[in-house]
Amino acid sequence: MITTHKRLLLFSLTCLAIGFGWFASADANAASQRLVLTGSSTVAPLVGEIVRKYESMHPGVRIDVQTGGSSRGINDTRNGIADIGMVSRALKPNEKDLHAYTIALDGVSVILHASNPVSVLSKQQIADIYTGKITNWKSVGGADARITVVNKAEGRSTLELFLQYFQLKNSQIKPHIIIGDNPQGIKTITGNPHAVGYVSIGAAEYEAKRGAPIRLLALDGVDASVAHVHSGAFPLSRPLNLITSHVPQGLAQHFITFARSQQTHELVEAQYFVPISAE
Amino acid sequence: MFQSVQNDALTCWVLRAGAVISALVMLLILAFLLIESWPVLDQITPARFFTDTSWHPIEGTYNLTPMLSGTLLASMGALLLAIPLGITSALFIVFYAPTHLALPYKRMIELLAGIPSVVFGFWGLTTLVPLINQLHPPGASLLAAILVLTLMILPTITLTTYSALKAVPSEFLHNAAALGLSRWGMIHGIAFPAARSGIVAGVILAAGRAIGETMAVLMVAGNVVQHPEGLFDPIRTLAANIALEMAYAMGDHRAVLFVSGLLLMLLVMVLSAMASKIGKNQYA
Repeated sequence: MITTHKRLLLFSLTCLAIGFGWFASADANAASQRLVLTGSSTVAPLVGEIVRKYESMHPGVRIDVQTGGSSRGINDTRNGIADIGMVSRALKPNEKDLHAYTIALDGVSVILHASNPVSVLSKQQIADIYTGKITNWKSVGGADARITVVNKAEGRSTLELFLQYFQLKNSQIKPHIIIGDNPQGIKTITGNPHAVGYVSIGAAEYEAKRGAPIRLLALDGVDASVAHVHSGAFPLSRPLNLITSHVPQGLAQHFITFARSQQTHELVEAQYFVPISAE
Repeated sequence: MFQSVQNDALTCWVLRAGAVISALVMLLILAFLLIESWPVLDQITPARFFTDTSWHPIEGTYNLTPMLSGTLLASMGALLLAIPLGITSALFIVFYAPTHLALPYKRMIELLAGIPSVVFGFWGLTTLVPLINQLHPPGASLLAAILVLTLMILPTITLTTYSALKAVPSEFLHNAAALGLSRWGMIHGIAFPAARSGIVAGVILAAGRAIGETMAVLMVAGNVVQHPEGLFDPIRTLAANIALEMAYAMGDHRAVLFVSGLLLMLLVMVLSAMASKIGKNQYA
Protein backbone atom coordinates (compact mmCIF):
# COMPACT_ATOMS: atom_id res chain seq x y z
CA MET A 1 0.00 0.00 0.00
CA ILE A 2 2.71 2.41 1.08
CA THR A 3 4.72 1.73 -2.04
CA THR A 4 1.76 2.73 -4.22
CA HIS A 5 1.55 6.08 -2.44
CA LYS A 6 5.28 6.60 -2.74
CA ARG A 7 5.07 5.90 -6.43
CA LEU A 8 2.31 8.46 -6.80
CA LEU A 9 4.37 11.03 -4.92
CA LEU A 10 7.44 10.24 -6.98
CA PHE A 11 5.37 10.67 -10.14
CA SER A 12 4.05 14.08 -9.13
CA LEU A 13 7.53 15.22 -8.13
CA THR A 14 8.88 14.11 -11.52
CA CYS A 15 6.14 16.11 -13.23
CA LEU A 16 7.11 19.20 -11.23
CA ALA A 17 10.78 18.72 -12.00
CA ILE A 18 10.10 18.43 -15.73
CA GLY A 19 7.98 21.59 -15.53
CA PHE A 20 10.77 23.57 -13.89
CA GLY A 21 13.31 22.24 -16.37
CA TRP A 22 11.17 23.48 -19.21
CA PHE A 23 10.87 26.98 -17.76
CA ALA A 24 14.61 27.12 -17.18
CA SER A 25 15.39 26.20 -20.79
CA ALA A 26 12.90 28.79 -22.07
CA ASP A 27 14.84 31.43 -20.12
CA ALA A 28 18.15 30.35 -21.61
CA ASN A 29 16.84 30.76 -25.17
CA ALA A 30 15.71 34.31 -24.61
CA ALA A 31 19.34 35.38 -24.35
CA SER A 32 20.07 35.19 -28.11
CA GLN A 33 18.77 37.57 -30.79
CA ARG A 34 15.23 36.66 -31.78
CA LEU A 35 12.59 37.46 -34.38
CA VAL A 36 9.00 36.17 -34.52
CA LEU A 37 7.17 35.96 -37.86
CA THR A 38 3.52 34.95 -38.15
CA GLY A 39 0.93 34.96 -40.92
CA SER A 40 -0.04 33.53 -44.29
CA SER A 41 0.33 29.79 -44.78
CA THR A 42 1.16 30.56 -48.44
CA VAL A 43 4.17 32.67 -47.50
CA ALA A 44 5.33 30.65 -44.47
CA PRO A 45 7.02 27.71 -46.28
CA LEU A 46 9.06 30.14 -48.40
CA VAL A 47 10.00 32.27 -45.40
CA GLY A 48 10.91 29.08 -43.54
CA GLU A 49 13.50 28.28 -46.23
CA ILE A 50 14.80 31.85 -46.24
CA VAL A 51 15.10 31.72 -42.43
CA ARG A 52 17.09 28.49 -42.59
CA LYS A 53 19.57 30.07 -44.98
CA TYR A 54 19.74 33.29 -42.93
CA GLU A 55 20.30 31.44 -39.65
CA SER A 56 23.11 29.36 -41.15
CA MET A 57 24.82 32.61 -42.23
CA HIS A 58 24.21 34.36 -38.88
CA PRO A 59 24.65 31.94 -35.98
CA GLY A 60 23.19 33.27 -32.73
CA VAL A 61 20.05 34.57 -34.46
CA ARG A 62 16.82 32.64 -33.83
CA ILE A 63 13.79 33.24 -36.02
CA ASP A 64 10.41 31.62 -35.30
CA VAL A 65 7.96 31.22 -38.18
CA GLN A 66 4.32 30.47 -37.36
CA THR A 67 1.37 30.16 -39.73
CA GLY A 68 -2.23 31.20 -39.16
CA GLY A 69 -3.24 33.20 -42.21
CA SER A 70 -2.67 36.69 -43.55
CA SER A 71 -5.18 38.13 -41.10
CA ARG A 72 -3.24 36.73 -38.18
CA GLY A 73 -0.06 38.22 -39.61
CA ILE A 74 -1.71 41.64 -39.66
CA ASN A 75 -3.24 41.24 -36.17
CA ASP A 76 -0.01 40.00 -34.61
CA THR A 77 2.08 42.72 -36.20
CA ARG A 78 -0.30 45.42 -34.99
CA ASN A 79 -0.42 43.92 -31.47
CA GLY A 80 3.34 43.54 -31.35
CA ILE A 81 3.12 39.74 -30.89
CA ALA A 82 5.09 39.29 -34.12
CA ASP A 83 8.04 41.41 -35.28
CA ILE A 84 7.19 40.78 -38.91
CA GLY A 85 3.91 39.60 -40.45
CA MET A 86 3.47 37.53 -43.61
CA VAL A 87 0.60 38.54 -45.89
CA SER A 88 -0.30 36.91 -49.21
CA ARG A 89 -1.97 39.96 -50.79
CA ALA A 90 -1.50 43.69 -51.25
CA LEU A 91 -2.43 45.75 -48.16
CA LYS A 92 -6.00 47.09 -48.02
CA PRO A 93 -6.70 50.83 -47.70
CA ASN A 94 -7.46 50.46 -43.95
CA GLU A 95 -4.08 48.79 -43.42
CA LYS A 96 -1.98 51.73 -44.57
CA ASP A 97 -0.54 52.06 -41.04
CA LEU A 98 1.64 49.04 -41.89
CA HIS A 99 4.75 48.86 -44.08
CA ALA A 100 4.82 46.17 -46.77
CA TYR A 101 7.89 44.68 -48.48
CA THR A 102 7.18 42.33 -51.40
CA ILE A 103 9.42 39.24 -51.42
CA ALA A 104 7.73 37.28 -54.24
CA LEU A 105 4.64 37.06 -56.46
CA ASP A 106 1.97 34.36 -56.70
CA GLY A 107 -0.86 33.76 -59.15
CA VAL A 108 -4.22 32.01 -58.75
CA SER A 109 -5.17 29.56 -61.49
CA VAL A 110 -8.48 27.94 -62.35
CA ILE A 111 -7.87 24.19 -62.62
CA LEU A 112 -9.74 21.28 -64.22
CA HIS A 113 -9.17 17.53 -64.29
CA ALA A 114 -6.74 16.59 -67.11
CA SER A 115 -9.36 14.29 -68.72
CA ASN A 116 -11.81 17.19 -69.12
CA PRO A 117 -12.03 18.07 -72.86
CA VAL A 118 -12.77 21.75 -72.10
CA SER A 119 -9.60 23.76 -72.74
CA VAL A 120 -10.83 27.36 -72.72
CA LEU A 121 -13.33 29.17 -70.53
CA SER A 122 -14.11 32.88 -70.81
CA LYS A 123 -14.23 35.11 -67.76
CA GLN A 124 -18.02 35.24 -68.09
CA GLN A 125 -18.31 31.45 -68.37
CA ILE A 126 -16.26 30.93 -65.21
CA ALA A 127 -18.42 33.45 -63.36
CA ASP A 128 -21.59 31.72 -64.65
CA ILE A 129 -20.32 28.30 -63.56
CA TYR A 130 -19.53 29.58 -60.08
CA THR A 131 -22.90 31.34 -59.70
CA GLY A 132 -24.81 28.23 -60.86
CA LYS A 133 -26.05 29.66 -64.20
CA ILE A 134 -24.10 26.97 -66.07
CA THR A 135 -24.41 23.55 -64.41
CA ASN A 136 -23.42 21.11 -67.17
CA TRP A 137 -20.11 20.81 -69.04
CA LYS A 138 -22.15 20.35 -72.27
CA SER A 139 -23.01 24.08 -72.24
CA VAL A 140 -19.33 25.05 -72.54
CA GLY A 141 -18.31 22.39 -75.07
CA GLY A 142 -17.54 19.52 -72.72
CA ALA A 143 -19.04 16.12 -71.94
CA ASP A 144 -22.62 15.71 -70.72
CA ALA A 145 -21.87 15.78 -66.98
CA ARG A 146 -22.79 17.89 -64.00
CA ILE A 147 -20.17 20.45 -63.01
CA THR A 148 -18.80 20.11 -59.49
CA VAL A 149 -17.91 23.61 -58.28
CA VAL A 150 -15.04 23.71 -55.76
CA ASN A 151 -14.81 26.91 -53.73
CA LYS A 152 -12.44 28.07 -50.98
CA ALA A 153 -13.44 28.64 -47.35
CA GLU A 154 -14.44 32.15 -46.31
CA GLY A 155 -11.54 34.36 -45.23
CA ARG A 156 -8.88 32.79 -47.49
CA SER A 157 -6.96 35.32 -49.55
CA THR A 158 -7.15 33.04 -52.61
CA LEU A 159 -10.95 33.36 -52.39
CA GLU A 160 -10.69 37.11 -51.91
CA LEU A 161 -8.51 37.50 -55.01
CA PHE A 162 -10.82 35.25 -57.04
CA LEU A 163 -13.99 37.12 -56.01
CA GLN A 164 -12.38 40.47 -56.65
CA TYR A 165 -11.26 39.48 -60.14
CA PHE A 166 -14.64 38.03 -61.16
CA GLN A 167 -16.54 40.78 -59.30
CA LEU A 168 -18.63 38.33 -57.32
CA LYS A 169 -19.82 38.12 -53.73
CA ASN A 170 -19.29 34.86 -51.90
CA SER A 171 -23.03 34.54 -51.24
CA GLN A 172 -23.65 34.44 -55.02
CA ILE A 173 -21.45 31.39 -55.45
CA LYS A 174 -23.19 28.00 -55.51
CA PRO A 175 -20.44 25.58 -54.48
CA HIS A 176 -20.64 21.79 -54.20
CA ILE A 177 -17.41 21.39 -52.26
CA ILE A 178 -15.61 23.89 -50.04
CA ILE A 179 -11.92 23.33 -49.37
CA GLY A 180 -9.26 24.78 -47.11
CA ASP A 181 -5.70 24.75 -48.42
CA ASN A 182 -4.22 24.25 -51.91
CA PRO A 183 -3.18 20.58 -51.58
CA GLN A 184 -6.70 19.66 -50.48
CA GLY A 185 -8.07 21.52 -53.52
CA ILE A 186 -5.73 19.70 -55.91
CA LYS A 187 -6.59 16.32 -54.31
CA THR A 188 -10.29 17.10 -54.72
CA ILE A 189 -9.91 17.95 -58.44
CA THR A 190 -7.73 14.91 -59.19
CA GLY A 191 -10.38 12.70 -57.58
CA ASN A 192 -13.28 14.18 -59.56
CA PRO A 193 -13.08 14.43 -63.40
CA HIS A 194 -16.02 16.86 -63.54
CA ALA A 195 -14.79 19.35 -60.95
CA VAL A 196 -13.56 22.91 -61.40
CA GLY A 197 -11.56 24.75 -58.74
CA TYR A 198 -8.86 27.35 -58.21
CA VAL A 199 -5.55 27.27 -56.32
CA SER A 200 -2.20 29.07 -56.23
CA ILE A 201 -0.38 28.76 -59.58
CA GLY A 202 2.82 27.79 -57.79
CA ALA A 203 1.13 24.83 -56.10
CA ALA A 204 -0.82 23.84 -59.25
CA GLU A 205 2.21 23.98 -61.59
CA TYR A 206 4.29 22.03 -59.07
CA GLU A 207 1.70 19.24 -58.75
CA ALA A 208 1.01 19.17 -62.52
CA LYS A 209 4.74 18.73 -63.23
CA ARG A 210 4.84 15.89 -60.73
CA GLY A 211 2.14 14.13 -62.71
CA ALA A 212 -1.09 15.09 -60.95
CA PRO A 213 -3.92 14.89 -63.54
CA ILE A 214 -4.90 18.58 -63.53
CA ARG A 215 -4.95 21.29 -66.21
CA LEU A 216 -4.38 25.00 -65.58
CA LEU A 217 -6.79 27.16 -67.59
CA ALA A 218 -5.63 30.21 -69.52
CA LEU A 219 -7.28 33.53 -68.56
CA ASP A 220 -7.90 36.35 -71.08
CA GLY A 221 -5.78 34.35 -73.53
CA VAL A 222 -2.80 34.31 -71.18
CA ASP A 223 -1.55 30.86 -70.15
CA ALA A 224 -1.50 30.27 -66.42
CA SER A 225 2.18 29.88 -65.67
CA VAL A 226 4.81 31.12 -63.28
CA ALA A 227 6.51 32.88 -66.19
CA HIS A 228 3.41 34.94 -67.01
CA VAL A 229 2.96 35.96 -63.39
CA HIS A 230 6.55 37.19 -63.44
CA SER A 231 6.04 39.29 -66.55
CA GLY A 232 2.88 40.76 -65.04
CA ALA A 233 0.76 39.52 -67.97
CA PHE A 234 -1.34 37.08 -65.95
CA PRO A 235 -4.33 38.94 -64.50
CA LEU A 236 -5.06 36.78 -61.45
CA SER A 237 -1.94 37.36 -59.36
CA ARG A 238 -0.90 38.76 -56.00
CA PRO A 239 2.20 39.92 -54.14
CA LEU A 240 3.58 38.02 -51.13
CA ASN A 241 4.54 40.59 -48.51
CA LEU A 242 6.46 40.90 -45.28
CA ILE A 243 4.89 43.62 -43.14
CA THR A 244 6.01 45.62 -40.12
CA SER A 245 4.23 48.12 -37.90
CA HIS A 246 7.16 50.61 -37.98
CA VAL A 247 9.97 51.25 -40.41
CA PRO A 248 12.06 48.16 -39.66
CA GLN A 249 15.35 48.56 -37.82
CA GLY A 250 18.21 46.35 -36.70
CA LEU A 251 17.68 42.61 -37.14
CA ALA A 252 14.22 42.97 -38.74
CA GLN A 253 15.56 45.38 -41.36
CA HIS A 254 18.56 43.18 -42.05
CA PHE A 255 16.35 40.10 -42.50
CA ILE A 256 13.87 41.86 -44.81
CA THR A 257 16.72 43.18 -46.99
CA PHE A 258 18.09 39.64 -47.17
CA ALA A 259 14.67 38.18 -48.05
CA ARG A 260 14.32 40.64 -50.97
CA SER A 261 17.86 40.14 -52.26
CA GLN A 262 19.00 37.94 -55.16
CA GLN A 263 20.36 35.44 -52.65
CA THR A 264 16.83 34.10 -52.09
CA HIS A 265 15.70 33.86 -55.75
CA GLU A 266 16.63 30.21 -55.90
CA LEU A 267 14.52 29.50 -52.82
CA VAL A 268 11.56 31.46 -54.23
CA GLU A 269 11.69 29.53 -57.50
CA ALA A 270 12.06 26.20 -55.69
CA GLN A 271 8.64 26.89 -54.12
CA TYR A 272 7.17 27.71 -57.57
CA PHE A 273 6.68 31.34 -56.66
CA VAL A 274 7.96 34.18 -58.79
CA PRO A 275 10.92 36.29 -57.60
CA ILE A 276 10.62 40.08 -57.73
CA SER A 277 13.07 41.84 -60.04
CA ALA A 278 16.22 42.78 -58.15
CA GLU A 279 16.52 46.40 -57.17
CA MET B 1 2.20 3.45 10.86
CA PHE B 2 2.62 7.21 11.32
CA GLN B 3 4.59 7.35 8.06
CA SER B 4 1.71 5.73 6.25
CA VAL B 5 -0.88 8.21 7.60
CA GLN B 6 1.32 11.11 6.55
CA ASN B 7 1.67 9.62 3.10
CA ASP B 8 -2.07 9.22 2.89
CA ALA B 9 -2.65 12.86 3.75
CA LEU B 10 -0.08 14.01 1.19
CA THR B 11 -1.44 11.82 -1.56
CA CYS B 12 -4.91 13.04 -0.76
CA TRP B 13 -3.84 16.65 -1.27
CA VAL B 14 -1.98 15.86 -4.48
CA LEU B 15 -5.08 14.14 -5.82
CA ARG B 16 -7.32 17.00 -4.71
CA ALA B 17 -5.07 19.49 -6.47
CA GLY B 18 -5.21 17.36 -9.60
CA ALA B 19 -9.00 17.17 -9.47
CA VAL B 20 -9.38 20.93 -8.96
CA ILE B 21 -7.02 21.67 -11.83
CA SER B 22 -8.95 19.42 -14.25
CA ALA B 23 -12.25 21.03 -13.25
CA LEU B 24 -10.73 24.51 -13.54
CA VAL B 25 -9.41 23.83 -17.04
CA MET B 26 -12.93 22.99 -18.16
CA LEU B 27 -14.33 26.19 -16.60
CA LEU B 28 -11.48 28.25 -18.02
CA ILE B 29 -12.14 26.93 -21.51
CA LEU B 30 -15.82 27.85 -21.16
CA ALA B 31 -14.90 31.32 -19.89
CA PHE B 32 -12.40 31.73 -22.72
CA LEU B 33 -15.01 30.77 -25.33
CA LEU B 34 -17.48 33.25 -23.81
CA ILE B 35 -14.91 36.08 -23.72
CA GLU B 36 -13.79 35.47 -27.30
CA SER B 37 -17.34 35.32 -28.63
CA TRP B 38 -18.55 38.29 -26.55
CA PRO B 39 -17.92 40.96 -29.23
CA VAL B 40 -20.62 39.29 -31.34
CA LEU B 41 -22.94 38.08 -28.55
CA ASP B 42 -22.99 41.64 -27.25
CA GLN B 43 -23.95 43.18 -30.58
CA ILE B 44 -26.56 40.88 -32.03
CA THR B 45 -29.40 38.85 -30.55
CA PRO B 46 -28.67 35.12 -30.23
CA ALA B 47 -31.81 34.44 -32.29
CA ARG B 48 -29.92 35.63 -35.37
CA PHE B 49 -27.73 32.54 -35.23
CA PHE B 50 -30.90 30.58 -36.03
CA THR B 51 -32.88 32.97 -38.24
CA ASP B 52 -30.31 34.62 -40.55
CA THR B 53 -30.64 33.80 -44.22
CA SER B 54 -27.26 32.08 -44.61
CA TRP B 55 -23.71 31.68 -43.26
CA HIS B 56 -21.61 34.41 -44.88
CA PRO B 57 -19.80 35.96 -41.91
CA ILE B 58 -17.88 38.47 -44.02
CA GLU B 59 -21.19 39.78 -45.37
CA GLY B 60 -22.69 39.76 -41.85
CA THR B 61 -25.05 36.76 -41.93
CA TYR B 62 -24.48 34.15 -39.26
CA ASN B 63 -26.94 31.25 -39.53
CA LEU B 64 -25.48 28.30 -37.62
CA THR B 65 -28.43 25.87 -37.96
CA PRO B 66 -27.22 24.16 -41.17
CA MET B 67 -24.00 23.25 -39.39
CA LEU B 68 -25.90 22.10 -36.31
CA SER B 69 -28.03 19.78 -38.44
CA GLY B 70 -24.95 18.63 -40.36
CA THR B 71 -23.12 17.78 -37.14
CA LEU B 72 -26.09 15.91 -35.67
CA LEU B 73 -26.94 14.00 -38.85
CA ALA B 74 -23.35 12.91 -39.46
CA SER B 75 -22.79 11.71 -35.89
CA MET B 76 -26.19 10.03 -35.60
CA GLY B 77 -25.71 8.28 -38.92
CA ALA B 78 -22.31 7.05 -37.80
CA LEU B 79 -23.69 5.85 -34.44
CA LEU B 80 -26.55 4.08 -36.21
CA LEU B 81 -24.01 2.05 -38.18
CA ALA B 82 -21.30 1.70 -35.55
CA ILE B 83 -23.39 0.66 -32.51
CA PRO B 84 -24.74 -2.60 -33.96
CA LEU B 85 -21.43 -3.38 -35.69
CA GLY B 86 -19.39 -2.59 -32.58
CA ILE B 87 -21.58 -4.54 -30.16
CA THR B 88 -21.82 -7.58 -32.40
CA SER B 89 -18.07 -7.67 -32.95
CA ALA B 90 -17.50 -7.42 -29.18
CA LEU B 91 -19.96 -10.29 -28.64
CA PHE B 92 -18.10 -12.26 -31.30
CA ILE B 93 -14.77 -11.80 -29.50
CA VAL B 94 -16.10 -12.60 -26.03
CA PHE B 95 -18.62 -15.38 -26.59
CA TYR B 96 -18.41 -16.84 -30.08
CA ALA B 97 -14.89 -16.69 -31.53
CA PRO B 98 -12.43 -19.52 -30.84
CA THR B 99 -9.37 -18.22 -28.96
CA HIS B 100 -6.97 -18.45 -31.90
CA LEU B 101 -9.31 -16.17 -33.88
CA ALA B 102 -10.48 -13.87 -31.07
CA LEU B 103 -7.01 -12.58 -30.21
CA PRO B 104 -5.85 -11.50 -33.71
CA TYR B 105 -9.33 -10.06 -34.37
CA LYS B 106 -9.12 -7.96 -31.21
CA ARG B 107 -5.60 -6.82 -32.11
CA MET B 108 -6.90 -5.65 -35.48
CA ILE B 109 -9.69 -3.64 -33.85
CA GLU B 110 -7.12 -2.08 -31.52
CA LEU B 111 -4.99 -1.19 -34.54
CA LEU B 112 -8.02 0.46 -36.16
CA ALA B 113 -8.47 2.54 -32.99
CA GLY B 114 -4.87 3.71 -33.25
CA ILE B 115 -5.06 5.06 -36.82
CA PRO B 116 -4.86 8.89 -36.74
CA SER B 117 -8.01 10.62 -37.99
CA VAL B 118 -6.15 12.49 -40.72
CA VAL B 119 -5.27 9.13 -42.30
CA PHE B 120 -8.97 8.24 -42.41
CA GLY B 121 -9.59 11.64 -43.96
CA PHE B 122 -6.95 11.10 -46.62
CA TRP B 123 -8.27 7.65 -47.46
CA GLY B 124 -11.77 9.10 -47.64
CA LEU B 125 -10.70 11.95 -49.91
CA THR B 126 -8.71 9.83 -52.36
CA THR B 127 -10.77 6.61 -52.37
CA LEU B 128 -14.22 6.92 -50.85
CA VAL B 129 -15.21 10.32 -52.30
CA PRO B 130 -14.34 9.42 -55.94
CA LEU B 131 -16.26 6.16 -55.47
CA ILE B 132 -19.38 7.95 -54.22
CA ASN B 133 -18.89 10.53 -57.00
CA GLN B 134 -19.43 7.79 -59.59
CA LEU B 135 -22.69 6.91 -57.87
CA HIS B 136 -23.89 10.49 -57.45
CA PRO B 137 -21.79 13.69 -57.84
CA PRO B 138 -20.15 15.54 -56.13
CA GLY B 139 -19.05 12.61 -53.91
CA ALA B 140 -18.01 14.71 -50.95
CA SER B 141 -21.19 14.28 -48.95
CA LEU B 142 -23.06 13.44 -45.76
CA LEU B 143 -22.68 9.77 -46.71
CA ALA B 144 -18.88 10.03 -46.97
CA ALA B 145 -18.76 11.76 -43.57
CA ILE B 146 -20.96 9.06 -41.99
CA LEU B 147 -18.84 6.22 -43.39
CA VAL B 148 -15.52 7.73 -42.30
CA LEU B 149 -16.91 8.54 -38.84
CA THR B 150 -18.29 5.00 -38.53
CA LEU B 151 -14.83 3.55 -39.13
CA MET B 152 -13.38 5.90 -36.53
CA ILE B 153 -15.85 5.21 -33.70
CA LEU B 154 -16.37 1.50 -34.40
CA PRO B 155 -13.23 0.42 -32.47
CA THR B 156 -14.16 2.68 -29.53
CA ILE B 157 -17.54 0.99 -29.20
CA THR B 158 -16.12 -2.50 -29.78
CA LEU B 159 -13.33 -2.15 -27.21
CA THR B 160 -15.43 -0.54 -24.46
CA THR B 161 -18.20 -3.13 -24.99
CA TYR B 162 -15.55 -5.86 -24.89
CA SER B 163 -14.19 -4.56 -21.55
CA ALA B 164 -17.70 -4.23 -20.12
CA LEU B 165 -18.60 -7.79 -21.13
CA LYS B 166 -15.29 -9.13 -19.77
CA ALA B 167 -16.01 -7.42 -16.44
CA VAL B 168 -19.22 -9.41 -15.95
CA PRO B 169 -18.40 -11.81 -13.04
CA SER B 170 -17.85 -15.32 -14.35
CA GLU B 171 -20.12 -16.75 -11.59
CA PHE B 172 -23.06 -15.05 -13.32
CA LEU B 173 -22.26 -16.82 -16.55
CA HIS B 174 -21.56 -20.14 -14.84
CA ASN B 175 -24.88 -19.93 -13.03
CA ALA B 176 -26.63 -19.13 -16.30
CA ALA B 177 -24.99 -22.15 -17.89
CA ALA B 178 -25.98 -24.30 -14.90
CA LEU B 179 -29.59 -23.19 -15.31
CA GLY B 180 -29.46 -24.49 -18.84
CA LEU B 181 -29.81 -21.14 -20.60
CA SER B 182 -28.84 -21.04 -24.28
CA ARG B 183 -25.83 -18.93 -25.27
CA TRP B 184 -28.06 -16.18 -26.63
CA GLY B 185 -30.28 -16.43 -23.54
CA MET B 186 -27.21 -15.93 -21.38
CA ILE B 187 -26.02 -12.94 -23.41
CA HIS B 188 -29.45 -11.37 -23.58
CA GLY B 189 -30.56 -12.10 -20.02
CA ILE B 190 -27.33 -11.89 -18.00
CA ALA B 191 -24.34 -10.38 -19.81
CA PHE B 192 -26.08 -7.37 -21.40
CA PRO B 193 -27.93 -6.12 -18.30
CA ALA B 194 -24.76 -6.51 -16.20
CA ALA B 195 -22.59 -4.71 -18.76
CA ARG B 196 -25.12 -2.03 -19.73
CA SER B 197 -23.53 0.96 -18.00
CA GLY B 198 -20.14 0.16 -19.55
CA ILE B 199 -21.67 -0.16 -23.02
CA VAL B 200 -23.59 3.11 -22.65
CA ALA B 201 -20.41 4.86 -21.53
CA GLY B 202 -18.62 3.54 -24.63
CA VAL B 203 -21.39 4.78 -26.92
CA ILE B 204 -21.26 8.24 -25.31
CA LEU B 205 -17.50 8.35 -25.73
CA ALA B 206 -17.96 7.41 -29.38
CA ALA B 207 -20.69 10.01 -29.87
CA GLY B 208 -18.44 12.68 -28.38
CA ARG B 209 -15.66 11.67 -30.73
CA ALA B 210 -18.01 11.74 -33.72
CA ILE B 211 -19.38 15.19 -32.88
CA GLY B 212 -15.95 16.69 -32.29
CA GLU B 213 -14.07 15.00 -35.14
CA THR B 214 -12.61 17.68 -37.39
CA MET B 215 -9.91 16.78 -39.90
CA ALA B 216 -11.37 13.60 -41.36
CA VAL B 217 -14.83 15.15 -41.75
CA LEU B 218 -13.41 18.36 -43.18
CA MET B 219 -11.71 16.38 -45.94
CA VAL B 220 -14.71 14.30 -47.06
CA ALA B 221 -17.91 16.18 -46.19
CA GLY B 222 -17.72 18.89 -48.88
CA ASN B 223 -18.17 21.66 -46.29
CA VAL B 224 -21.02 23.46 -48.09
CA VAL B 225 -23.20 25.22 -45.51
CA GLN B 226 -26.70 23.86 -46.15
CA HIS B 227 -29.37 21.60 -44.68
CA PRO B 228 -28.80 18.35 -46.59
CA GLU B 229 -31.80 17.00 -48.51
CA GLY B 230 -30.27 13.57 -48.92
CA LEU B 231 -27.27 11.38 -48.18
CA PHE B 232 -25.44 12.65 -51.26
CA ASP B 233 -25.60 16.35 -50.34
CA PRO B 234 -22.44 17.94 -48.95
CA ILE B 235 -22.58 19.23 -45.36
CA ARG B 236 -20.41 21.21 -42.96
CA THR B 237 -20.03 20.34 -39.28
CA LEU B 238 -19.44 22.85 -36.47
CA ALA B 239 -15.95 21.54 -35.79
CA ALA B 240 -14.98 21.62 -39.48
CA ASN B 241 -16.34 25.18 -39.69
CA ILE B 242 -13.90 26.34 -37.02
CA ALA B 243 -10.95 24.53 -38.57
CA LEU B 244 -11.76 25.78 -42.10
CA GLU B 245 -12.20 29.45 -41.32
CA MET B 246 -10.32 30.21 -38.10
CA ALA B 247 -6.92 30.53 -39.76
CA TYR B 248 -8.06 33.49 -41.85
CA ALA B 249 -10.76 35.02 -39.67
CA MET B 250 -10.65 38.52 -38.15
CA GLY B 251 -12.91 40.63 -35.96
CA ASP B 252 -16.59 39.60 -35.90
CA HIS B 253 -15.91 36.62 -38.16
CA ARG B 254 -13.46 35.28 -35.56
CA ALA B 255 -15.90 35.90 -32.72
CA VAL B 256 -18.69 34.06 -34.56
CA LEU B 257 -16.41 31.05 -34.95
CA PHE B 258 -16.02 31.03 -31.17
CA VAL B 259 -19.82 31.06 -30.94
CA SER B 260 -19.88 27.92 -33.07
CA GLY B 261 -17.34 26.45 -30.64
CA LEU B 262 -19.64 27.37 -27.78
CA LEU B 263 -22.55 25.67 -29.52
CA LEU B 264 -20.43 22.56 -30.05
CA MET B 265 -19.59 22.46 -26.35
CA LEU B 266 -23.26 22.92 -25.45
CA LEU B 267 -24.11 19.99 -27.70
CA VAL B 268 -21.60 17.75 -25.93
CA MET B 269 -22.93 18.87 -22.53
CA VAL B 270 -26.52 18.00 -23.51
CA LEU B 271 -25.26 14.66 -24.75
CA SER B 272 -23.49 13.79 -21.52
CA ALA B 273 -26.49 14.92 -19.45
CA MET B 274 -28.72 12.69 -21.57
CA ALA B 275 -26.29 9.82 -21.15
CA SER B 276 -26.27 9.97 -17.37
CA LYS B 277 -30.06 10.02 -17.42
CA ILE B 278 -30.27 6.98 -19.70
CA GLY B 279 -27.71 5.14 -17.56
CA LYS B 280 -29.74 5.75 -14.39
CA ASN B 281 -33.16 4.88 -15.81
CA GLN B 282 -32.02 1.55 -17.18
CA TYR B 283 -30.66 0.52 -13.82
CA ALA B 284 -33.77 1.26 -11.76
